[in-house]
Amino acid sequence: MFLVSLVLVASLWELYKFLGPEDGGEIFGWPVLPRTGARSMPHTWEMVQRLFDPEVRGNDRPIWFAVAGYAWYTFRMALAGLIIGSVFGVALAVVMSRFRVIERGLLPYVIASQTVPLIALAPQFAALGGNWDLPKWTWVAALGAFLAFFPIAISTLRGLSSPAPASLELMDSYAAGWWVTLRKLRFPSAVPYMVPGFKLAATAAVIGVIVSEVSTGVRGVGFAALTYAQAATSDPAKVYAAVFGAALLGLAMFGIVVAAEAVVMRNRPRDVAA
Amino acid sequence: MSEIRTGAPTPPGTNNVVAVDGASMVFNEGRSNQVDALCDIDLVIGPGEFVSLIGPSGCGKSTLLRLIANLLSPTSGTVLVNGKSAHQARLEQDYGMAFQQSGLFEWRSVEKNIELPLELKGWKKADRRNRSREMLELVKLTDFTEHMPWQLSGGMQQRVAIARALASHPALLLMDEPFGALDEMTREHMQTELLRICAAAGTTVVFVTHSIPEAVYLSSRVVVMSPRPGRITDIIDVPLGGDRSEGTREDDTFYKLITEVREALRASETGGPIVVGVRGIEDR
Repeated sequence: MFLVSLVLVASLWELYKFLGPEDGGEIFGWPVLPRTGARSMPHTWEMVQRLFDPEVRGNDRPIWFAVAGYAWYTFRMALAGLIIGSVFGVALAVVMSRFRVIERGLLPYVIASQTVPLIALAPQFAALGGNWDLPKWTWVAALGAFLAFFPIAISTLRGLSSPAPASLELMDSYAAGWWVTLRKLRFPSAVPYMVPGFKLAATAAVIGVIVSEVSTGVRGVGFAALTYAQAATSDPAKVYAAVFGAALLGLAMFGIVVAAEAVVMRNRPRDVAA
Repeated sequence: MSEIRTGAPTPPGTNNVVAVDGASMVFNEGRSNQVDALCDIDLVIGPGEFVSLIGPSGCGKSTLLRLIANLLSPTSGTVLVNGKSAHQARLEQDYGMAFQQSGLFEWRSVEKNIELPLELKGWKKADRRNRSREMLELVKLTDFTEHMPWQLSGGMQQRVAIARALASHPALLLMDEPFGALDEMTREHMQTELLRICAAAGTTVVFVTHSIPEAVYLSSRVVVMSPRPGRITDIIDVPLGGDRSEGTREDDTFYKLITEVREALRASETGGPIVVGVRGIEDR
């Protein structure tokens, strides 16, 4: 199915390139139709071919290899971001579910945190890093975590409050305290709710890392995309090599979460509504 | 059949399993949505008795069960379980509980569900395993040890829930409409099973239901309750003996008792000391 849709997307690309106006078009005076010239829309086969050409002239290293290197670096930062974000998000959800007062006081800030423009924030973060003598990549990972913790905190919070009243009464009848109830009942009940949260968080961590690479100059795949794009006038297909790298990276992160889902949900009924 | 009747004074130190004395329960006291759920309840239950609480919805029968379980504390009055305060009895896990929804944890196998109360009591793994095997034999589910709850039928799930409630061999079993969600055939089968299981273990049972035949078939005494505020209006002895089977359901005495309970329920709704004021209109 994936291959079929891949071919379909490539065909649509080529079809539009064939039919669309060379210099872009206007509908009711709005310049909405993208240009189809070779600079703006290189042929798909050129993009693929470019993957196997050297990154820079006079170097044997093909571009796919270079991009894979950048992507691997970005992947590690995004994974670190996801892990930090998960720990922080889950801890926040537990605290909020334990103390309603904290939930009411904290939740608006949690939501507001996601409206902060990350690109503006990234250099500030990196500047802070200078004081603590931490490598720059930790701050990029932290910004990935900053985006990842949100869907995790929200979905976990919802999951922790999902047990049926009868189940809570049952734990009460065993005189089980808050911690035991959390471990034996609330956490396991939250898992089906947490899975979609983690899926969102995985892609959010990648976006956070790539965006902050651009403004901090950490040399991952986002940085590569930026530098390649500067050469786009002479080498328009090159930038798409970085785009492919970033997309594959996102899929890999998503894949990790899906694999983890298969493990934690293996004994669960299929029709759990999340 | 126990001679202990409602309203009798309860001297401390007797071997009553449950002793409710002058218990009242008011929700949202002093606010506009105040609900008088229970009013001045006296109820004494001796060892080995099977007592059903029956009444229309909203009569507070589930609330009374939760007072005995110490999931709620009475606004006034006292509740003793095994001669201790209900709170102490809950801390010591003196009773097992089963609800209308089996409430099995879907991430635990049948066996692990039954072991849950033992786990919380800090039992060793081998002991837990032995006990859960024993309970599975009792409820005749030995072939489903490793199954997950969602792979079982509703009746089987409810049997697992009963096994879980009895796993620590409590003297008292509290059940809140446990068969309410089952079809009629399964329900009658489960009733016979429950009597067999409780007779084998000598368990005292407090059983909430709104099915008259169910109450009569199971109980040694049927407690009839009226709504708003919940009161005990009648207690009916069920002299069907300890050896009941499917044949009991065809018995003339069985039908007579059903009629008796039904009339007691009607009397509690229409007559009685409850003054129906302006409120009565919206209450239908």
